[in-house]
Amino acid sequence: MDIVVTAFLVIGLVFFTGGGVGILRLPDFYTRLHPAGKLDTLGSLMMMMGIAVFNLHHFTWGALLTSLKIILIVVFIFLSSPTATHSIVDAGVRAGLEPWTKKERRE
Amino acid sequence: MHYIFLYTGLFLCLLMVLSLYRAVFGPTVLDRLIGANAIGSKTVVLLVLIGLIYERVDMFVDIAMAYAMLNFIAVLAASRYFQKKKGLL
Amino acid sequence: MDTQTQRKYVYEPSKTTEPDFPSASRPKGSPFFAHLITFLILFSLWILLSGKFDLFHLSLGIISCIIITLISGDLLFPESKTKGLIRSWLCFLRYIPWLLYQIILANLHILYLVFHPRMMELIDPEIITFQSKLKKELSLVTFANSITLTPGTITVYVSVNGDFHVHSIDKKSAELLPGEMESKVARAFGEQ
Repeated sequence: MDIVVTAFLVIGLVFFTGGGVGILRLPDFYTRLHPAGKLDTLGSLMMMMGIAVFNLHHFTWGALLTSLKIILIVVFIFLSSPTATHSIVDAGVRAGLEPWTKKERRE
Repeated sequence: MHYIFLYTGLFLCLLMVLSLYRAVFGPTVLDRLIGANAIGSKTVVLLVLIGLIYERVDMFVDIAMAYAMLNFIAVLAASRYFQKKKGLL
Repeated sequence: MDTQTQRKYVYEPSKTTEPDFPSASRPKGSPFFAHLITFLILFSLWILLSGKFDLFHLSLGIISCIIITLISGDLLFPESKTKGLIRSWLCFLRYIPWLLYQIILANLHILYLVFHPRMMELIDPEIITFQSKLKKELSLVTFANSITLTPGTITVYVSVNGDFHVHSIDKKSAELLPGEMESKVARAFGEQ
């Protein structure tokens, strides 16, 4: 049981690390949104699943309710994260920021 | 198991520093917004982990849910506000 | 001089072609069933969030759920069409595991991109436009959110008639649109 929970946590941390590194490395605002908005979503899904499984270790009704609440948080993140990403992208486009493209594409 | 949660939380804090760089030195305002959003989505997980460490998950889950909603609304409001302003650079 | 020759992305939300929202002229059916379903959803959410089963908290929940249902009962089901509701939800539930599998595949792809040492040569961002065949608003919103959740692509702009502007990070993820996902969404919401 502990191995499964640790595996979930480590996979989630790998995704979160990818998100953090991607925010630092990518060239412009539009491409930075790709890791920021979505690797974080899947990372939080994995870590929350691990925590929910660990929480059911000693089964009580209260623990089941807490695990359901954790799953509710995950569902909310899955609904809200694309909306937040879309609103940031919309703000950028309306302000007139141009997407970064490759050099040979510009000519 | 206790130590695993502790070190996972510490690693998450380390990742927040990476996003904090973008939030502080970002070239445009929207880059800072992305950094702040990334920090917020890590904080939700970190709050539940803190709850596991103190063995009060039932209390911290509610705080995490409220924080997730607050983060979402803050990002929406900020991006709506900056949409009106031309010339963010 | 470089800025002169740079290919500029022009943002044109095609406002002239958008029809009015048809919600004003929609025929109103019997709203009782829709209100009942809204009340049940809200009340199960209340039980999940409060976690107390004594009479006082349950009656508080019933009172507040009734008030919310009376105020905003037509928000979840605006058409009051409850005939094929359960069947369409089952179809939607079948769509979710496929979406999760696709999200994980594409997340691994973007993880590979981010950690690659020569990342700047691999990525090739551009904005592509295409016309979708979907008609209903709900399926358009679901399709746009699915595009955003699948990494490599972000929906920049959607119009009511299905005009999509999508920002994609490299060629491989740009080629996938609007492929299998559109037909899956169409099948999940009963459009063919």
